[in-house]
Parts: sequence; C-alpha cells; structure tokens
Amino acid sequence: MLAEFSPPGTAPSPTSRYEGLRSEYCLSGHPTLPCNVLKFKSTTIMLDCGLDMTSTLNFLPLPLVQSPRLSNLPGWSLKDGNAFLDKELKECSGHVFVDSVPEFCLPETELIDLSTVDVILISNYHCMMALPYITEHTGFTGTVYATEPTVQIGRLLMEELVNFIERVPKAQSASLWKNKDIQRLLPSPLKDAVEVSTWRRCYTMQEVNSALSKIQLVGYSQKIELFGAVQVTPLSSGYALGSSNWIIQSHYEKVSYVSGSSLLTTHPQPMDQASLKNSDVLILTGLTQIPTANPDSMVGEFCSNLALTVRNGGNVLVPCYPSGVIYDLLECLYQYIDSAGLSSIPFYFISPVANSSLEFSQIFAEWLCHNKQTKVYLPEPPFPHAELIQTNKLKHYPSIHGDFSNDFRQPCVVFTGHPSLRFGDVVHFMELWGKSSLNTVIFTEPDFSYLEALAPYQPLAMKCIYCPIDTRLNFIQVSKLLKEVQPLHVVCPEQYTQPPPAQSHRMDLMVDCQPPAMSYRRAEVLALPFKRRYEKIEIMPELADSLVPMEIKPGISLATVSAVLHTKDNKHVLQPPPRPAQPTGGKKRKRASDDIPDCKVLKPLLSGSIPVDQFVQTLEKHGFSDIKVEDTAKGHIVLLQEAETLIQIEEDSTHIICDDDEVLRVRLRDLVLKFLQKF
Amino acid sequence: MDPECARLLPALCAVLADPRQPVADDTCLEKLLDWFKAVTGAGSSLLLLQEHPCLVELLFHVLKPQDLSSRILSFTLRLAGIFAAQENCFQFLQGDPSLFVASAAGQLLVRVLDLALRGPAEGHVCPQAWDWPACARKVVCHLEDCLRSEAAPRVTQALHVLTTTFGHCHGLWTQGLWARLSPLVARLLEKDPVPAPHALVDLLLSVARSSVLSSDPGLWETAAQALSRLSPTQAGPLAAGILKLQDCPQALRIQAFRILLQPLAHVLEAAAQGPGAPRLLEGAAGDLMAVDTFPPSRSACVGLLCSALAHLELLQPLPQRPSPWPQAPLLAAAVTILRFCNGSAAPSSEAGSRLCTMLVGCVRVQRAALDFLGVLSQGLGPQELVTQVFAILLEYLVSPDSSPTVLKKAFQATLRWLLSSATPPGCCDLEPYAQLVLGELLAVLQKRLCSPCWEVRDSGLEFLTQMTRRWGGQGSFRQALLGSEVPELTRQLLQDPESYVRASAVAAVGQLSSWGLLAAPSRPEHPDVPQKTPLEELLLVLTTDSEGFPRRAVMRVFTEWLRDGYADVAKDPEQSVAPVLQAASRDLDWEVRVQGLELALVFLEQLLGPLGPSTAAPPGALTQALQALCRVQLFEFALRSLFDCDRPVAQKSCDLLLFLKAKATPSGSQQEVGDGPNVASVEAALRRWQAGEQGQPLGELAPETVLAVLRSMDLEALRDTLAESSDHVERSPQSLLQDMLATVGVLGDNEADCY
Repeated sequence: MLAEFSPPGTAPSPTSRYEGLRSEYCLSGHPTLPCNVLKFKSTTIMLDCGLDMTSTLNFLPLPLVQSPRLSNLPGWSLKDGNAFLDKELKECSGHVFVDSVPEFCLPETELIDLSTVDVILISNYHCMMALPYITEHTGFTGTVYATEPTVQIGRLLMEELVNFIERVPKAQSASLWKNKDIQRLLPSPLKDAVEVSTWRRCYTMQEVNSALSKIQLVGYSQKIELFGAVQVTPLSSGYALGSSNWIIQSHYEKVSYVSGSSLLTTHPQPMDQASLKNSDVLILTGLTQIPTANPDSMVGEFCSNLALTVRNGGNVLVPCYPSGVIYDLLECLYQYIDSAGLSSIPFYFISPVANSSLEFSQIFAEWLCHNKQTKVYLPEPPFPHAELIQTNKLKHYPSIHGDFSNDFRQPCVVFTGHPSLRFGDVVHFMELWGKSSLNTVIFTEPDFSYLEALAPYQPLAMKCIYCPIDTRLNFIQVSKLLKEVQPLHVVCPEQYTQPPPAQSHRMDLMVDCQPPAMSYRRAEVLALPFKRRYEKIEIMPELADSLVPMEIKPGISLATVSAVLHTKDNKHVLQPPPRPAQPTGGKKRKRASDDIPDCKVLKPLLSGSIPVDQFVQTLEKHGFSDIKVEDTAKGHIVLLQEAETLIQIEEDSTHIICDDDEVLRVRLRDLVLKFLQKF
Repeated sequence: MDPECARLLPALCAVLADPRQPVADDTCLEKLLDWFKAVTGAGSSLLLLQEHPCLVELLFHVLKPQDLSSRILSFTLRLAGIFAAQENCFQFLQGDPSLFVASAAGQLLVRVLDLALRGPAEGHVCPQAWDWPACARKVVCHLEDCLRSEAAPRVTQALHVLTTTFGHCHGLWTQGLWARLSPLVARLLEKDPVPAPHALVDLLLSVARSSVLSSDPGLWETAAQALSRLSPTQAGPLAAGILKLQDCPQALRIQAFRILLQPLAHVLEAAAQGPGAPRLLEGAAGDLMAVDTFPPSRSACVGLLCSALAHLELLQPLPQRPSPWPQAPLLAAAVTILRFCNGSAAPSSEAGSRLCTMLVGCVRVQRAALDFLGVLSQGLGPQELVTQVFAILLEYLVSPDSSPTVLKKAFQATLRWLLSSATPPGCCDLEPYAQLVLGELLAVLQKRLCSPCWEVRDSGLEFLTQMTRRWGGQGSFRQALLGSEVPELTRQLLQDPESYVRASAVAAVGQLSSWGLLAAPSRPEHPDVPQKTPLEELLLVLTTDSEGFPRRAVMRVFTEWLRDGYADVAKDPEQSVAPVLQAASRDLDWEVRVQGLELALVFLEQLLGPLGPSTAAPPGALTQALQALCRVQLFEFALRSLFDCDRPVAQKSCDLLLFLKAKATPSGSQQEVGDGPNVASVEAALRRWQAGEQGQPLGELAPETVLAVLRSMDLEALRDTLAESSDHVERSPQSLLQDMLATVGVLGDNEADCY
C-alpha cells in the first residue's frame, strides 16, 4: 500500500508518478504559496491553501482618488485596427492591462473532488489566502487547523484585501479577453497567462468569516488525532507569528511538512528542528524567493536608501503587507533613525487593519522569540514600535481619507499596501509621488516582480529600489537542516531541484541531498517513496492471558496465537476466536470424524540453526558412515552416500531426500529436530 | 654586573633551585633572561660564571632528576644556552611534553653544536665527522635517529633543531652537518605521506637562506623534489620562500612560480568560455584541469586560494620577483575570482560550477583577492582588463551583500587603481575612463555614507578623504563632487553617533574645505539659519565632543590647515589658533594636548622661521612674535604642560620651549637679564605646578618675563629626565631581583612560623 501525495485535483495513482501530467494542467505552481493534498492512511489532508495573486499584475490599478492619467489611457486595438477590446484592455507605455476588477488565480479545483478533503493544515497567514474559495465553494465539510496568530493575522490580511477591492467599486468586469481565441491575439504577458477562465474575483467578508469559522485553533506541539489513523502536530517554523511546520504521522510512518521557515533571529519563536528528525518523507516548500539576497544586507540597503532620499527632501514609499516584515523594519528603523538624524521625519503606516496589526503583534507574547517574551514580564511592549507610536514618530491610519490628510507632512516615509501596486492606498501615493525624482519607492516584499508592479505607472520619475527581504530558508540553510534532521526522502517543488533559469551555473542555488529530492509540479501526482510494512495491533486481555511465550533467545520470546482480527476506525484488535458451539441435545452417534478437533492440530514451530559439524558427528554416532558435506550458496548438503540420501540444510528450511524409505526419513528427521528448539 | 645585583644573585639562584618556592610569574623569568643576555653581551660569559659560581651550581642542580617545574627547567636550559657552556646538558629531556621545555632544549642543542664544532673548525675548511668532539657526535646521532624515526613528533623535533641550527649558525661546519643529514631529509620526501611537511619546508628554506650552504647543488635538488612531492597547500610557503631568495637556479624558480600560479591558472581555466581566454600557464587546458589542483573540501580550497593570493601579493613589489611577471593573466585571474565570489561568473564547465559553489559569498577569498588586485595596480594592464577591474570593483562597492571588511578592501583597491590610472605618470588628472567611474563612485559613496553599519560609513569617509587629498584641485573631480550630495552628507556625519565615524568625518571635512569643496549649501527650506563655517564646526566638535577620537582628528586638521596655509586660517592665523589652543590646553585627552602643542609649534615656526643653522630670530620679529604668543596664551599652556602627568605632553612642551629658547637666545651671547618681580612669581607658580597644584593661573605675561623664565630654566636637563621612561627605576635589574626575592621571601617567613 502506498501513501499518496498529490497537488489538488489529480486522481491519485499509485502506479505512475507522472500520470497527472497532461499539458493542459501544466500550470506553474507557486512554491512559496503551496496548496497540496496528501493522501495518507485513508485520510485526505490539504497542506496549505495559498493564493497566487500575481495574476492581478495584469490588471490596471484601482485608484482611490479619480486618476485622470489612468482613466485617459488609450484602449488597445488589434494590429489590424480592430478595436472591439478597447473597453476591456488599456495600453500604458507599451504594456496592455485589463481594465476590470482584479482577479486571482485559484488552486486547481477541478481535478480532485475537494469535498473529500478531510482536513486543511495551515502553516502561516500568507498560505491561507485561498481558504474561502476552498471552504465555501467546493463542498468542503472538514476542519481547518491553524494557530491563533495565523488565524488572527490571516483575517487581517483578508480583511485588508477585501476592503481594498470593495471600497473602489468598479462597474466593469472584463471577460471578452479571456476567450481562448482572443487571448491568443493579445500581447505578452496576457497571451501567456494560464487558465484565465478559472480566475476569480475576490471573496467577500461574509465568505471570509464563514471560512474562518471552520478553523480549529491549535498550539505548537499539540497532538491532533485524525480518525484514529493519523496524528498531526504543528511545530514552530520561525518565519512569522504563529507560523508552523507540520508533522503527520502514524505509528510507523512520519511525514514532515516544512513550509515557510526561518532560522534567522527575527521576532517569531525560533524554528523547531529537532522534532523533524526521523522522518520518512520531508515535504519542503516555502523557501526564500530571492536566494541571492541576504536579508541583513537588504535591511541595510533599505535604511541607506531611505535616509538618502529623506535627507534630500524626498518621500519614501514602502509597499508592504500589514504584518510580518514590517515589524522588523520598524524595529530596525527605531534603532537607525536617531543615529541617521532622521528623528524629525514622520513615518506613516496606512492600512484598514494598521491599528489591529500593531496591537496584535504586542499581545501574542507566547508566540514571540525569547528576547521579546522576556520583555513582556518587565512589563514592556515586546516590539519597539509601541515607543515610536508614543513619541509620535510612527502614526497609523486606516486610509488616506480622514485624519491622515490633516496630519500629512512631507518629507515622510509611508508604509502601505498592497505590494502588487494594483489596489490599496499605495496606488494613490504612486500617482502622487511618481513624477518627482526626489521620491523613492522601496520594494521589500518579494512576492511580486517590481518591474511588473511598476509597469502601469510608467513613465516614472521617482527612484525605485528593490530590497526584497525574505527571511525564509535559503539553500545553504536547507542543506544544513537536511543534514541535521536526515529524512529518508525529500519531496519538493521542481523549482528547487535545479538552479534558477537566469543563473543556471549556480549549482549552490538548489536543494542538494542524497538520495536526490523527488520533485513535483502543478497538477502532478507523486507516489511517496515509503512502503507501509507494519501496523499496530492491540491484543485483547483475555487473549493475551492465554498466550504462553517461550524464550527462544535471551530477551526474545515467541508465542503462537489464533485469533480474529477486528478492524474498525483504523484500529486493529485481535480478539479470541469464537468457541465452536457446544453440541446440544442428546447423544448422537459417534462418528470417526468427531475425534478430530475443529482446528487442525498445530505442529510445533521450530527455531534455531543446525551446526553442520556437530550434525555430522551425531550421524556418525548413529551409525551412518561415508558422509560427505558440500557447501552450497545457501547452506550445505549432507550426503549419505551409502544410504543414497541427501540432507539439504538451508537457513530457513531443511529437506531430507531419500528413496521412499520412510523409516530412514523419520530417523533422520528426529536427528535434525534435536538441534532445533520447538514451541 | 653592578655590585648590588651581584650581592642578590646567590639568594635568587637558591630560590630558583628550590622546588618548594614556586616562581609566580613567567614574565620575571623572561626579564631575567633578557638581563643575562645583556650582561653576557657586554662581557665574557666565562668570567661571569667564574665570578658567580652560584650560576654554575644552579645549572648543575637542574641536571639532577627531581621535581622541578617545567618553567624553571626551560629557563635554566635557555640560560645554559646563553652561556653556551656545560655541553653535557643536552642529554636531558628533549622529548619533554612541555612545548616550552622542548623548544628550550632544542635551542640548547643548537648552541652546544655550535660551540662544539666552531672550536675545532677554526682554520679548517670543513671538518669531517670523525674530527667532531664526542658531544657533537652524540647530538648528531640523536638527530639522525629522530630523522629515521617513524614517529612524526620526533621527526618534527629534529627538523626544528636543524632549522634553528642553519638559521643561526653560519660556520663552515654547517656544511659538514648538512652533507651528513641531507640524505636523511631527502628520504623523508620519499615517504607517503611526507611526514612533518611544514617543518620540512622551514628547514629547506633555512638552509637555502644560509650563505654557507646555498651553494650546495644538492640542496636545490631536494627543494625541487619537495616542491613536486608536497601538496599544493604545503608547497606554497616553500615556493614563495624560494622566489624571495636572491640567488637560486632559474629552473627551480620557474617550478616554484608555477606552484603559486597553479590555483589561479585553474580558476582562469575553469571560467574560460572558449579559446583565446587569458592563460597563466602554458600547456594544454586538459593537462591543467587534469591536475586536481583544488582539494575537495571547501575550506581547504579557500585556504589554498587565499595563501596563493597572499604569496603573490607579497612577491609583486620585490625586485627579485619572477620576470616576466604575468601581469595581464594575473589581473584576469583576480577579476575572475572576484566574479566567482559574487556569483556573477557564469562558467560553462563542471569545474567552474564546482568553484562557483565553493567560492560564492566567501568573504576570506574576497578580501584576499581585493588586496591582490590593489597591489596589481602597480603594473600596467591592457585597457580592456582595466575596464573590467573598475567594473568588478564597482560591483563590489554597489552590492548590498559586500560585508563591511570586504567593502573597505574594495575602497582601498579602487583608490589604488584610480591613483595608478593618472595619465601620463606624474600628472594628477584622472584619465577619461576613471572620470566616468568617478560619477558612479560618488553615487555609491552617497549611499554608503547613509549605511546603518558604522564601519561602512567610516571606510566611505576614509575613501573620500584620500580621494580629495589627491584630486581636490582637479576640475573633473571637483565638478563631480560638488554635483553630488557627498559634501553635505559628510558635514552631517560630524554628528554621527559613532565616535570613529565622527573622527573620520572631521578629517574629511578638513580635507574637503581645504580644497574649497564644502561651500555652504543653499537650503531653501531653512534660509534663515546661518550656516556655520567648517572652522566653526570643527571648533564645536573640539569643545563639545565627548569622545577623544574626533577631538584628536580636529587637532590634526587644524595643524594641517595652519601648515598648508588654508585660506580661512591663513587670513588671520592668530585669531584662528587662539581658541583651538585654549580648548586643547584644557582637554582631558593627553593626545589632544600633544596635538595642541604640535599646533603651537607650527604656529611658532611660522612666526619665527624654522629651526636652522642661523636660529636666532631678528629682535623686532621676536618681540612681535612673543607678543602674539602671549596673546594666544601659549606660554601658560606650554609651561603647565611641562609638568603634565602624561610624559609625551611634557616632552612636547619641553621641545617647544627649547625651540623658542634657541630662537630667542643667539648662540654665544648670553643676555644679562635681572630677576624682575614677575619672574619670581612665575617661578613660584611653576614650583607649585610641579608640586601638583594646578589651580593657580599665571595671569598676563609680558614677553620679557617669558624670556627671563626660559633662560632661568634648565630645559635641557628636564628634557633628559623626561627622556628616561617613567618606569626606569622599576625596570632596573636590581629592582627585578629584589621583587623576585621579595615574593618568595614571604614564603620563607611562613615556613619559619610553622616551626
């Protein structure tokens, strides 16, 4: 029996790894926003539920304030001048964008019946953004497991996303361009966008709430039983508040699921590596997206460029998520601004969830790194952004409307979303500051290509700096981790098994392990490489009482058992066999067959080995002569030439081959048995 | 030896010989040895031993097997070595586990050999083994046994002894010794693996450097054999040593140079994209790659590359460096290594991919390669390669991944290449390409000056200071600099939280403003705030900065400004110097006070002319100068400093006053000056200062009073007293012996109490 591991949608097949590989399903998976399904011991487990938002880069930004520039962009027409798409597609500096509500590329929902998924395990708040699509629209009836910070911050991210999109209602919804025949005529990257027909608009707050209500909260190292067959356990992964890796194990098999993890000392609790040891299979996802960028260097670069711009009288825009790296950036800036003489520069954090995010971060003490935890007992706020807020250096607002417009002072630094630059308050600042070369936009989130993000704002005078800060594991750290935890097999997205396409010589930028990692890609099914060899079986006490163990070697005893195997809810129990019904009624005529019991009399079991020399001596003692011994590949042949008899001794069998002389055979058999233990 | 020491010596020897009286401190034994060295250097050691039998007793005493501490044993052996006597000592204890004892015993063996063989060899060309004294034969047999031994520590020990022997002794007898032992050494090279490779290399180099032995052709054969038998890592130091020799066979030099070039050649081959790429070594590419130059482990590979780079770096400036020097391929190799390290090399070969994986992000190799690249700027290179050099340097300067130490090296190498790219040689203008680079450099510098890492800001400022010093007067540099934010950022860094950075900013501001590159910027947002002049800003640092480094830097800048006639200072030197001297005289940091006196000296020289054969200043100028000096209150500062608790300050002040005295008193004509009442009060104040009372100010001084005080003071005697180190009493041998006896004397008392 094989355990199966499949990205969603593919019918699991134990026979071929590549059965699910058909060209129409061949979408590029997103290794940092995973969504995989693991079939393991009759349970179906979805691992993470990431939402690929890069599809939104094909859409025009949603401006908060009417933007004449965006609304006056020329419509796009085909080469032959046909302009039937000019309402849906707009052209900006040589790029074509869809003028519609942005849409997201969902995980595959067609290829596997997602209503069969028993549980969903979430590893961090970035990897749950597709949850409402799965729980609300697929017939899913199972349970979702996640830690409390993951749920709370995940809710904030979803709330922000919904808010960003809903507060700029857009009447138009473009669909003509998705027609396959038309899409072929479009310029890149629209032409190459995959599965556009399945792209969906953003969910609603109602769906978010319903999805989140299906989540059951768990704590690190908590053991959760699934149907008696499997136990799942979240472990700290060191990447974000409440982020986890998962152990999925039965009595004899262990699968580790490593999602976004970090070994750097940032704000979350450090990664638990020890518990990942002794895994049969380790599924490795969520590594750093920019393996060549060292987070420390990037933070330095971020600070230098920020200071340079502000000193020069310019403003700095930092497109970001409302939680995560922003906490660390604020902490770095807290230490840096005084030394760089920037104390008088205001820092603004604008997000519908800015306040909740800053406050949540301070209350999840038990999920923080040790240093921050100890602060709570002083008592001090674990993050220094509390002090920045107190001293009015950091101010936060739900949006650019309202109080912000009264307080707004330049030059300043603004942290706001969304990092795709397609919706959120960031759109307004891009429009406002884009024309001046004094200003700088600094990209710190690694999820989007900054060049693509900037495309609808071209031509742009403001400076652009790319400092992606991705604290997730890099390949050197992975290599150390794998050496440390030594899984029997590693399974990872195919992107990790070869150097990045642009740097094909960088053999250091891939997972290097023995045996080589098994790779998978979207819409592919992978048979996990362990065979189940054992099951745990309980023995009922009365049956156990009846056993008579015999010690065959010091410390090893054996007993024969006759029982009925009872299996229910993935638990196996040996019960005493039913007694044969006692004959009732009067005496019946005794038949010969009545002497034979119901069960065949068991022959004793034998164990031990036959020492050939001693056996030969014994034969000689018993009058056999002319004995010859031959060595064979599997043991020995003892030849009794006179008696024309052959005794073939092998590790697990002994044959006496004689010419129809039953007396001789029995004599020889008894001599053989003298050397063996019976029970 | 002075009589007092001679009196103390027997008691000390007794203490040393007594195992119950532990000597607490190794340093006193070291000091004692130093003293004996000085004593034997001054006179006959034989006489010394005769006059002080206690020393001989001590030496004999330690020969007896007993429970002596290893430090005393080591001390005595070394003492014996110093006396080069008691030849039977050597049998004792060479294999002692204590490293110090073993080393001392080794040294003693060398001295014994030297003494034993030097005597009979007088007049002979080269004594034969049978002429050797018994003890020498014994030593040599012992060494032979060790060299034949299978135990690596014994071999190493013997090699060490021989290395010391050939390094220190240059008598003709060493030829005989080498002739006898060299076959055994050569045999070591035939073993696999070669035992004690490092000690073997040391020995061969020591022999090769010996003037007596280097004519032996066998030596060069052994060296060649060693080069081919040792691994590239082990052979590196030998190759480098051979190349530094003045005379050695050309074939061996070629072989040695090849060893050093091999790792770099391998790098070039691994990165080569096709034929025509620069090559370091002849031979088919396949041959080179077939030789597995690089060890499989990353650390060993990095070590090999770093040591090859370091050896070549040291070799480059030497006159005896190999010729022709493969400048172009070496440049290409250095650039390629740096490309491997930052991941920008895109090799197509498997060896290249392997190197890439090993070197990427390796800070050690980056530093070594940048140092080497900097040294290579001394030679010329084809323009195309020079362009590549600047390109890779810029990559490193721009990259956020460059560590602070790597960045510093990159700045240094860039500066060297900029300096070497001035065309024609001697002209201070930058060549057109370097001018192009300059624009990018300043953009990088701008960002680096804002770095959150203070080391980066600091090295950025240092780089700026050096660039400005060299090209501050040059048009294209001035234009580029003034068009950037760099001058303004530099000024802001005067307020940096890190004192080292503030000090570097002070130096940079000094340099920038002396070239007029720190013009007050027009700040539209604060038009009403008057901008401070650099002079005022630095004075503010001097009077308010809490750390010493920035204040010292300010003093250096002011001194430089005054010396070089910086316009703002030159227009009224007295006005500029007065507040600086006042601040410096009150400074708590003695280095600032010394710098203050240095500034005063420069000021004095400018008023009175430099010290020369006709020292005396014309009377009119002298009076004017003295008046100026009184106005800036230089005398109070200088006279107070004479009694400064920090000796360098007092010395500097003494020099200053002596200079003034020489200027004021023409040689040979002693002017008669009566002791006026002012002089008496000054002298009284001086006496109080000398006694440690600092409060009393001198008040206004008249030039005549100053002169009178100067004449009345014996400054020469004061200078001599100050020249003696403050601890000259404590450092006398007499004091040492007394101290040692005093510490063990306590034990003696306790012992008496026990009875």
